[in-house]
Amino acid sequence: MSDKIKFTIDGVEIEATPGQTIMQAADEAGVYIPRLCAHKDLLPFGSCRVCTVMVNDRPQAACTQPASQGMYVESETEELRQIRTNLVEMLFVEGNHYCPFCEKSGNCELQALGYRLGMLAPKYPYMFNKHDVDASHPDIYIDHNRCILCARCVRSSKELDGKNVFQFVGRGIHKKIAFNSDTNLAATNVSVTDKAIENCPVGAILTKGVGYAVPIGKRMYDSQPIGSDIEARKATEK
Amino acid sequence: MAKPKIATASLAGCFGCHMSLLDIDDRILKLVELVDFDKSPVDDIKKFTGRITVGLIEGGCCNEENVHNLQYFRENCDILVSLGECAIMGGIPAMRNTIPLKECLDEAYLNGPTVYNPSGKIPGDKDLPLILDKVYPCHEVVKMDYHLPGCPPSADLIWQALVALLENKPMDLPYEVIKYD
Repeated sequence: MSDKIKFTIDGVEIEATPGQTIMQAADEAGVYIPRLCAHKDLLPFGSCRVCTVMVNDRPQAACTQPASQGMYVESETEELRQIRTNLVEMLFVEGNHYCPFCEKSGNCELQALGYRLGMLAPKYPYMFNKHDVDASHPDIYIDHNRCILCARCVRSSKELDGKNVFQFVGRGIHKKIAFNSDTNLAATNVSVTDKAIENCPVGAILTKGVGYAVPIGKRMYDSQPIGSDIEARKATEK
Repeated sequence: MAKPKIATASLAGCFGCHMSLLDIDDRILKLVELVDFDKSPVDDIKKFTGRITVGLIEGGCCNEENVHNLQYFRENCDILVSLGECAIMGGIPAMRNTIPLKECLDEAYLNGPTVYNPSGKIPGDKDLPLILDKVYPCHEVVKMDYHLPGCPPSADLIWQALVALLENKPMDLPYEVIKYD
């Protein structure tokens, strides 16, 4: 296979096929790069910047940057860990993330990243901005307090569901998810089986009638850090 | 040498974090060997009897009494620890932070569906601590040295952190004990 690209992440040699991003190649090789907006079934987006790595000493989003021959990538450095932690902490203070009563707790990717990065408390002041909850739909509700604006629902609805139910409105601190309807979520053609619902990394879009279905201790990130599934690939290859 | 002193307080909290402290089970015997409990709801000591090594704070600040109590702890404790989500981010009481205070009081004392209040007044006795505009995390009021998350923080987390602080060793906390819920 002469068309393979070779590069290194933290000194580990990684093979990629042309067109693959750094993150896709790293995932296949069992090297986990933290991410929030990136999703394996969605096109690269590059908005959350949690996956920032140093490529030949310049910061790049691993989810959008194509792998190229001989590139020198650093990921698990103290500087990058700090940048990622800062980003996660800013998301925690900007929304209203009440983990103690959130149904997604234990299966939430934002929370799991906090755990993995060792966040004990955000260093920034809490904003406590007012956000709405739309519970108009019979099967789904959206809680804007928990939204991290990763656009996974926007992209999933468009790319996977073929519907275009969700979109952003507003700018800066006023940016939020809106629906393709004149009134509310119930007036859209969204369905509980849509990938847009499943792919929400936090507790912003949830299915009604589920509640706290999995007991504490057995949830996805209770005993295994996020990314363990990807890192396990490395272990099995050896 | 005298044993180091521990003090605890429950501000705007539910005492769940204190319950979790008791949940260290028989290790509490070892804890009593390690430390003396000073000002705390556990022993009902109201005033500090000396310099405190570790102060554990449950709950955030929802009224002026919480603020004064927290400042009193800060003055008297070498190490001050936010224990649990309410101390760290306000927790459940902070759900009122996105609602104007007047609306909260009106709902609680005048307009709520189960309210019986013939006087039609919101309690305003000068002996009642003045309620704050919103609930503040402890580290937004005084300097906090450590944060132990959880609702409540697990007994294992409290125990391991406390022992590390008392023995002046680094906190090497396993993944499973750090939870925000």
